[in-house]
Amino acid sequence: MTVSVPRASVSAFDTNELVINMGPQHPSTHGVLRIILRLDGERVIDADCVIGYVHRGIEKLCENRDWTHIILLTDRMDYVAAATNNLGYVEAVEKLMQIEVPRRARYLRTILAELQRIASHCLWLGTHAMDIGAMTVLLYTFREREFVLDLFEEYCGARLTYNAMRVGGLPLDIPPGWDAKVRTFCDLMESKLGDYEQLLTNNRIWLQRTRDVGVISGDEAIGLGLCGPPLRGSGVSRDLRKDEPNAAYDEFEFDIPLGTRGDTYDRYLIRMEEFRQSIRIVRQALDGIPEGPIMGKVPRLLKPPAGETYHAIESPKGELGYFLVSDGKSTNPYRFRVRPPSFCNLQGLKRLVKGHLVADVVALIGTIDIVLGEVDR
Amino acid sequence: MTEDKKPDSPAASSSGSSHVSPEGAGEKAGDTEKASSSANVSSKNDPPVAKSMDDGSKSAVVARPKPKPKPPPEPPKGPEDQLPPDDKVLPPMVSALQSTLPGALVQVSYWVGDWTIIVEPERLLEVLAFLKSDELAQFDYCSDVTATDWPPREKRFDLIYCLYSTRLRHRLRVKTRIGETDSIESATGIWPAVNWLEREVFDQYGINFSNHPDLRRILMPDEWQGYPQRKDYPLEGPGELLMENPQDWLRLRNLSDEIEIDSDSEIE
Repeated sequence: MTVSVPRASVSAFDTNELVINMGPQHPSTHGVLRIILRLDGERVIDADCVIGYVHRGIEKLCENRDWTHIILLTDRMDYVAAATNNLGYVEAVEKLMQIEVPRRARYLRTILAELQRIASHCLWLGTHAMDIGAMTVLLYTFREREFVLDLFEEYCGARLTYNAMRVGGLPLDIPPGWDAKVRTFCDLMESKLGDYEQLLTNNRIWLQRTRDVGVISGDEAIGLGLCGPPLRGSGVSRDLRKDEPNAAYDEFEFDIPLGTRGDTYDRYLIRMEEFRQSIRIVRQALDGIPEGPIMGKVPRLLKPPAGETYHAIESPKGELGYFLVSDGKSTNPYRFRVRPPSFCNLQGLKRLVKGHLVADVVALIGTIDIVLGEVDR
Repeated sequence: MTEDKKPDSPAASSSGSSHVSPEGAGEKAGDTEKASSSANVSSKNDPPVAKSMDDGSKSAVVARPKPKPKPPPEPPKGPEDQLPPDDKVLPPMVSALQSTLPGALVQVSYWVGDWTIIVEPERLLEVLAFLKSDELAQFDYCSDVTATDWPPREKRFDLIYCLYSTRLRHRLRVKTRIGETDSIESATGIWPAVNWLEREVFDQYGINFSNHPDLRRILMPDEWQGYPQRKDYPLEGPGELLMENPQDWLRLRNLSDEIEIDSDSEIE
């Protein structure tokens, strides 16, 4: 038996818009991010991000916790750069309480934050390259990231969620011989960076997939609230380590790499250069670690005077800000607000993907370097 | 020793002469059993000999009076917007704002190095637009939009814009006070960056922004009831009742302690 199917004439193949759903379970969304794409053929007309799948109410939780207990919750936001999250929070509380931090603690904090930046960028480079199709880079970068995680494990016993800082200083001094290992790592990392660049920087496929993809001008990037490497990729010189130095950044020499074109390739080059600058900062800090205490004078029970403050630092992803309000009476913050850099950068994705091919969406999610734990909190 | 007798029937254990008198123990256990019946119903079926082992601890549990719930501390009436010290000179953009838009500024506050201005909600957009375009201010970057909730106050919310200038590299916070039912003009026309940030404030606090291009929930599911960051929203989240009727749920939550006490007294 045959069923006759009316054959569609050629004119029936009109160009309807197609709505497809990318995620929430998609390997290149780096977590649970859902993007509703409206397509015209292969071109993206519009993209709508749906987030909140890992929303844990960290802000609400923190408002019901002791000022000290919050530190370990900040680990759970940007879980690939937990030490930076700790740093931003403890510095915000120190600002609110006007606590003086010993110089040695500030140096060690800087070392930890920069090692964390290297680890975070390693993860970014590996996954970003793998999204685009370069498998090898992931295996290389994870090898070096492993080294950083080992260093952190030796320092504080944890590999991802460190709880490594305290209001007023650090809980632990560095173990003997640790600084020599960090030096070894710096040398190793510097030599391995050449390997990565050899794989990617002049790679024709890499260039074709990243050059002129997701171009954004400096003014537009500022208006959209982009921060970190996506903003600097568009040539805007804004790095809070220079503009509003925290920890001990004002004592070190380092450069801020800036892009010229504002495309995915520039953002890649910037992060590659940030690896080198981070190594430079770590070396300077190791050379000059001062002797002295690692904890400042801090009351046992933290009770900041009534008032509010906003303190921002440069995390590997961009401006990580903490807005804290103390009512002066209770031992927990009245308001705890995080300004997550990933959240603000993800907002720009809609603008970046417009007019590009579906395959470029994957490259563009990679280039803004999001961590969904931080986007959703 | 009495543990070995546990599987035997009470009659069999009474026939044995070498052990502790089971009848006496049984009576004693029976008395305590009555008292503890409300506490643990399942213990009724246990053999009385075994019961006598731990009756002391059980009765102690029953005898302890239920601790009265502490009265919650009085909620703070509002943020303490400290006035700047007398020797502190106002930043130039604030004095420019005062002269250009008289009456918009309610108060200037300074604390631990941060300047905050408090403005009238009706004139917020005007002030923000001025701060973006003015030569002395040039706030081209909006870092953050957030809110705080002070329930006893009539205008319970503080809406806060954290501004930054990428050219002059300074910061300023602009704050305004609005009530629960008020709606406020969205600043998306000035900085596209505030789109998601205002959506989050709407999602978490229920502050309504007018003229916002895309005012939907962002972190919570679309059908969610209630606003999680408000101070009267409990930490442990909603029960299933919330989905049906949020008002009932809030009422029940406040009375939950009394309901427990009532149910205890009924059993007695």
